[in-house]
Amino acid sequence: MSPHINDIVELEKVAVQIRRDIVRMVHQVQSGHPGGSLGCTDLLVALYFRIMRYEKSFNMDGRNEDLFFLSNGHISPVFYATLARAGFFDPSELHTFRKINARLQGHPTTHDHLPGVRMSSGSLGQGVSVAIGAAMSKKLNQDDKLVYCLTGDGELQEGQIWEGLMFASHHQVDNLIMLIDHNGQQIDGPTKTVMNLANCKDKLLAFGWFVIEMNGNNMNEVVDSLEYAVTCTKKSQPVAIVMTTIMGKGVDFMEGTHEWHGIAPNDEQLVKALKQLPSIMKDY
Amino acid sequence: MSLQSIKLVDEKETRAGFGDGIFEVAAKNSKVIALTADLAGSLKLNKFIKEFPNRFIQCGIAEANMMGIAAGLTIGGYIPYTTTFANFSTGRVYDQIRQSIAYSNKNVKICASHAGLTLGEDGATHQILEDIGLMKMLPGMTVIVPCDYNQTKQATMAIADYFGPVYLRFGRPKWANFSSTDSNSFIIGKAQYFSHGTDITIFACGHLVWKAIEAGKILEQKGLSVEVINVHTIKPIDTASVLESIRKTKCAVTCEEHNIIGGLGDAIAQISARHQPIPIEYVGTLDTFGESGKPTELLKKYGLDTVNIVQAAEKVVQRKKDNKK
Repeated sequence: MSPHINDIVELEKVAVQIRRDIVRMVHQVQSGHPGGSLGCTDLLVALYFRIMRYEKSFNMDGRNEDLFFLSNGHISPVFYATLARAGFFDPSELHTFRKINARLQGHPTTHDHLPGVRMSSGSLGQGVSVAIGAAMSKKLNQDDKLVYCLTGDGELQEGQIWEGLMFASHHQVDNLIMLIDHNGQQIDGPTKTVMNLANCKDKLLAFGWFVIEMNGNNMNEVVDSLEYAVTCTKKSQPVAIVMTTIMGKGVDFMEGTHEWHGIAPNDEQLVKALKQLPSIMKDY
Repeated sequence: MSLQSIKLVDEKETRAGFGDGIFEVAAKNSKVIALTADLAGSLKLNKFIKEFPNRFIQCGIAEANMMGIAAGLTIGGYIPYTTTFANFSTGRVYDQIRQSIAYSNKNVKICASHAGLTLGEDGATHQILEDIGLMKMLPGMTVIVPCDYNQTKQATMAIADYFGPVYLRFGRPKWANFSSTDSNSFIIGKAQYFSHGTDITIFACGHLVWKAIEAGKILEQKGLSVEVINVHTIKPIDTASVLESIRKTKCAVTCEEHNIIGGLGDAIAQISARHQPIPIEYVGTLDTFGESGKPTELLKKYGLDTVNIVQAAEKVVQRKKDNKK
């Protein structure tokens, strides 16, 4: 059964360890995406260690389990580290991230049967649709558990997202919680200068969604908002949480800039980063 | 089996075979579910929708989202059939199929109507001639192009019990209906013989199977022994049957309502090049877009008619003879 940590301080400790895992994974292979991963760590910890109910003995159909879909697949480091720490596979496998003959591909895939992954993602804008389909499948199967899906904010520039948003409200897919990582950064710079998203909340409201806003880097607020969001489901409306996060959160020199979207730290930077992220659980 | 004995039963749209097939299979299999992107009528889903309203999902004109929804529905055990025109089933949504369906190995059935030139008057924007190539290049994708109404119905039902992503291609116009309704006559991955011969093999798929049979009858009257094979499953292709035939006949014509680049002809040529090099002629579109017109006019103009198959066959038989000299 899934872990259920009540104590916020304990959840924060798990988040520190997972941030440590992320930085080490990306450093080891000198590639990957630390920025968004660090920004979304608190959310994934809250979901997998507190909110969601699931079986660690992974089953693709996930009947009577809460499901999570990662649409912005490039933040695979936080996804893999969370899955490993939650017990889907041994954390020692984190050593294989982005290496040949490994299940931990650069972007997540079902192809190599990594427990916890239900779709391939990386080409942006596709995960919301898949999550909506999975949510509809749950309704058809009279399965009362929920579906969660995380997207980036830059990802909202993909047209398919808006096809999905329109669809979900039209079909009243109300067993779905979409999470938007609103860090305001993308590869080429701030989202405001690359392609302005303007007011995300207003856009979602206009598409017929119930919208909640939260600080995605405050564990207390993340847990409270997710618990509130759950109470807002099954009321004929899909639910979205626009979460403000800081790209690179937890490592001071990575915070708040797109520069660390897809760059690995060097040896010196690793030491600096790990000083800010003490080992809580055993390192992999 | 003689080609002369193959008779046209009636004329029916292959897409109607799809509509009747999904209706029948849905009655047997409660996991079959239909999605459309505003083309339920064109894909003949009316009966299905009436009988199984809870298993019909209207996606609106948003094909990319439809492919994702279908992928998601498989999680929990559903067998989604997506329906739209072939152009919007493939080219428009290639990356969605590639990542969310093929690479994710989702049990989605991509059902594509109005393929090829025989879509007719709507013209080149809708007449996709590249879809077989696009789909067969995706690892793990099964590609099926049935020849008539009966076979489209059989294929539509068969894919429900066949795990994995499938691309099922059919068409718009009324067309010759002649294949067997015997449930053993259609097996996914198994080429179907319409005649056995020793001088030449004609490989065909889709609407052009009937044209190949017509051409075969003419060639027989001219004294040639013709083997007509319906390669309805282009991937995984029936390599054993293809090889057995070309080892015997030592020349072939391929016929398809598709660009000769990337289609059935390429698949046959690859088997030949690797195992049994023989002269091959191709009947298909020659790296071109189509245009508006009646289906029969278009097949004639673009060289996909019976006469073109006869000419290609005579040419390739001559090439075989010349090679022997």
